[in-house]
Amino acid sequence: MPLLSYEDLSVLLPGMARPVLDGVSLSVAAGEAVALVGESGSGKSVTARAALGLLPPGATTAGQVTVDGCALIGADPATVRAVRTGKASMIFQDPRAAINPVRRIGDFLTEALRLVDGRGRAEAEARALDLLAAVGLPDPPRHLRQYPHQLSGGMLQRVMIAGALTADPRLLLCDEPTTALDVTTQAEIMAVLRALQQDRGLGLLLITHDLDLAAAGCDRIYVMYAGRIVETATAAELLATPRHPYTAGLLGSSPPLHGAPERLTPIPGVPMGLLESAPGCAFAARCRFARPGLCDQSPPELAPVGERLVACHLADSILSEVDR
Amino acid sequence: MSALSPTAPRSPARGPLTWLRRLGGGALLKVCVLLLALFVLVALLAPWLAPQDPTFGDFASTLAGPSAGHWLGTDKGGHDTFSALIEGTRTSLVGPLAVVVFCTVLGIAVGLFSAWRGGWIDTVLGRVLDILFAFPALLLAILAVALFGKGLTAPVLAMAVAYTPYTARLVRGLAAQEKVRPYVAAYQVQGHSAVFVALRRLLPTIMPTVLAQSTVNFGYALLDLAALSFLGLGVQPPTPDWGAMINQGQAAVLDGQPLSAIVPAVAVVLVVVAFNVVGEHLGDRLAGRES
Amino acid sequence: MNTTPLLQAVGLRKTYPSGGSRLVAVENLSFSLHAGGALGLVGESGSGKTTTARMLVGLERPDQGEILVQGAPLAARTRGRAERLARAKAVQIVFQDPYLSLDGRISIGATLDGVLRLHGCADRAVRAARVRELLAQVGLGEREAAALPRGLSGGQRQRAAIARALAVEPAVLVLDEAVSALDVSVQAQVLNLLSDIRRDTGIGLVFVSHDLAVVRYVCDEALVMYRGRTVEQQGVADLLAAPQHPYTQLLLASVPHAGWDPGEIGRRRRELVAVTPVGE
Repeated sequence: MPLLSYEDLSVLLPGMARPVLDGVSLSVAAGEAVALVGESGSGKSVTARAALGLLPPGATTAGQVTVDGCALIGADPATVRAVRTGKASMIFQDPRAAINPVRRIGDFLTEALRLVDGRGRAEAEARALDLLAAVGLPDPPRHLRQYPHQLSGGMLQRVMIAGALTADPRLLLCDEPTTALDVTTQAEIMAVLRALQQDRGLGLLLITHDLDLAAAGCDRIYVMYAGRIVETATAAELLATPRHPYTAGLLGSSPPLHGAPERLTPIPGVPMGLLESAPGCAFAARCRFARPGLCDQSPPELAPVGERLVACHLADSILSEVDR
Repeated sequence: MSALSPTAPRSPARGPLTWLRRLGGGALLKVCVLLLALFVLVALLAPWLAPQDPTFGDFASTLAGPSAGHWLGTDKGGHDTFSALIEGTRTSLVGPLAVVVFCTVLGIAVGLFSAWRGGWIDTVLGRVLDILFAFPALLLAILAVALFGKGLTAPVLAMAVAYTPYTARLVRGLAAQEKVRPYVAAYQVQGHSAVFVALRRLLPTIMPTVLAQSTVNFGYALLDLAALSFLGLGVQPPTPDWGAMINQGQAAVLDGQPLSAIVPAVAVVLVVVAFNVVGEHLGDRLAGRES
Repeated sequence: MNTTPLLQAVGLRKTYPSGGSRLVAVENLSFSLHAGGALGLVGESGSGKTTTARMLVGLERPDQGEILVQGAPLAARTRGRAERLARAKAVQIVFQDPYLSLDGRISIGATLDGVLRLHGCADRAVRAARVRELLAQVGLGEREAAALPRGLSGGQRQRAAIARALAVEPAVLVLDEAVSALDVSVQAQVLNLLSDIRRDTGIGLVFVSHDLAVVRYVCDEALVMYRGRTVEQQGVADLLAAPQHPYTQLLLASVPHAGWDPGEIGRRRRELVAVTPVGE
C-alpha cells in the first residue's frame, strides 16, 4: 500500500466553471520521490495541500486522499491533526513568508517539539540541533540563536525543512521549494531532500513547474493540466519521449542548454483559467494535433500507453509525431 | 466604451437608488449614506426649509414644548428649535468641511513631498509631524481663539493644522510604499518629470485611501468644533450652530424642557457616527481591493 | 568593426551604505554592446546584475565609471525635459514582475499613448495608429488595448510592458529577469517575441537573467557576475562549451540535467566561497 494515495480526487469551488481538481489519482510510496509538474492554475498546489486535509474554503469534494492509512476527506479533526503532526509535513516556496521574522530559529524549531511531543526544553533543543545538522547547516548551535533575517534564502529553506522534520513525518510535501532560490542553492536543497528521501525512507512529493528539475530530482513524474493528470511515467521515459502533446509542448518551450540552437515551439495561447471550461479535452484549444469532432467532445481518460498512462484521445496515433 | 464589453451584464433595475445598491455593504451603511445625503441636502436648502427665522426670539413662548407652531419647541430665548436645527446644519457642516479640505490638501503636500524626496528631508518632516501629534486639536483651537478671538476662522485653521499630521503620515506611508513599485520607476525611465509622476500618477493611486481617512476626520472635526461652540468659543449666538444650541439648552434641561439641547446633540451623534461608518467601510473596501 | 559601440559601460562601481562600512554591489564593470547585439548579464541574487540594469536606465547613479550610448556619455543626473527625454531614448527597461510594472489604473492603450505624447507625437490619429502598430508587434490587439492590466494574463502584461518600452524607440532595451516570472509555455512565446524584435528592429538588448539556457537562447555574448565582480565574459557558445571560471562551471553544473548530482554542487560552492574575496 502506498504511503500517499489520491483516488479520483475532485475539488469543486462555487462560482468556478470547471473543477479545480478533476479526478486526480496519484500515489507516492515510502522512499520514493515523485514530482507533480504543472503551470500556474493547474491545481498542483491544491493537490499537495489536500494531503494535509487543507482544502479551499467552500470546496465540495469527491474521491479520497489517504496518507499512511488515514483517509483525509471527511475525516474528523483528530485524524487530520494526527496526519499533520506525525505523518506528513509541507515545505513552501517562500521560506521568508512561512516563518515568523521576530522569533529566533531555535524558538521556531523547538515550539512544535515541546507543544506536540511534550518534550522538555533541553531535550527539544538537542533534537533541534540534530535536525539542523541533518539538513546540512554549518553551525547548528549558532543558528538556534539567530533570527530569520540573518540567514540567506537557501539556509532559511533548510531551516524550514528541519522544521518539517520535527514532526518526524513519513511524507514530505514540497510546494515549489526551490523556485525562489538561486540555481546553485536549488541544487543544494534538492540534495538535502534527496538524502532525506533515501536515508530515512521518506516519501517525497515535489510540486514544481520545472520539468527538468522534476526529471533530475525524482523517480516518477505526473504532469497536470487544468486540474487533471494528463500523463505519468518514469522521469527518464517522460523526458525522452513525451506522449501527451502538453508534455511535449512544455519540453519544446524550455530552451536547451546544449545542442543546436533551434527556435522554440511554444504552446500557443494561455493555460485554461478556472472561469473557463471545455466539454472535451481541456488542452484541445492549444493543441496542434486536436481533431474536431473527437477532442472537443469528451474529456480523455488516463489510459495505459505502453508502460505509462496518458490522457489523450490521440495518444496512439501521434506517438511518432511528438517525439523530439 | 460600451462596445468594448459587449457581454457585460446589464443591471436589471435602473432606479434613482441603483447607485446605493451598487455601493454594497450592509443596511447600516446604506442608512448612514442616506442620512449624510439628507444632512447635506438640508444644509444646502436650509433658508428655504426652515419654517421660521431661528434668530428671532419669541419671548411670548419661551421653553415651549412641541406644538403646531414650534414642532420641536423653543429654547429659553424663544428661538424655534426646529428652525435652528436646520439652519445650524449649515454652520455645523461648513466648519468641519473647511478643516478636512485644508488638512487633506496640506497633508498630501507634506506627505507626498516627504516620501518622494526621502533622506534627511523625510526624517526632519517626520519629527515635525511627531511634535504636532502631541497637541490635541481642541487645545490648539482654544489657543487660537485666545490669540485671535472667537468665531469660526481661527479654530478651523488651528484644527486643520492639528489634523494635518494624520493625513500627512498616511500619505507619506502610502506614497513611500508605492514609490518603490516598478511602475513608478517605469514612468521615470520613460522620461516623465518627478512632479508629473508624483502628482498625476502616484497620487491618484493612493487617493481613495486618503479620502477614506478624510471622511473619518470629518466626523472628529465636527465633534471638536461642536465642543468648541459648546464652550462658547466657536460660533457665536445668535448664529445657529449645534454646539452653541446644546450650550444654550443646558439651562433648559434643568427647567424640564430638554428638547432644545437633546435635538442638536442627537444630530451631532448621528452625523459623527455616519461619517465613521462610511469612512471605515471605504477603508475596508479599499483594503479588500488591495489584497 | 570600426564603428563606435551602441552601448559602453566603463569601470562602473556602485556601493551602498551597510552599517558603518559600504557594501560593494558592482565593482569595475566594463562591457560594450554593438548595434543589434544582445548581451546577457548572468548571476545569482546579490551578484549586482539588477543594480547594473538600474544604473543603465538611470534609476541608480554609479559611484564611479561612465555609461556611453553611441559614444555619448549619459548624464548621471538629468536636468530639464530635453535631457530626460534624451535619456529615455537611449535606454529603456522591462522589469521582472509584470503584475507590478504596469500602472493598474490606466489601460494598456492609454499607457502607450501617454508615452508617445510625452515623446513629442502631438497628432492624436498618428498616435492611435502607432499604438496599434506597437501592440501588433508584441502580439496584442484591440481588446488588450482597452483592458486594464488586471484584465490581462501575466504573459500579456509582459508583452504590454515590452511595447511600452519600444514606444520610446530606445537604442538599447534592458530586460531585467523579464521572463522569469512567466509560465514555461508563456515564457517561450515571449522569448520568441524578443528574438523577433531583435531581428526586426536592430535594437541592442541587455538581458539580465539567472537562467543560462534562456540567456543562450536570446544572446550572443554573456557576462557572468559573481558578488559584484565580472568573472567571465565571452561568446555564449564558448561560455557554455568551455567555461573558464570555477563559478561559471558551478553555475552550469547546477542546472538540472540527466545524471545530475546536486550533492556535489554544495561542496564546490563552499570551496568557491572560501577562495573568493568578499567586498571591502
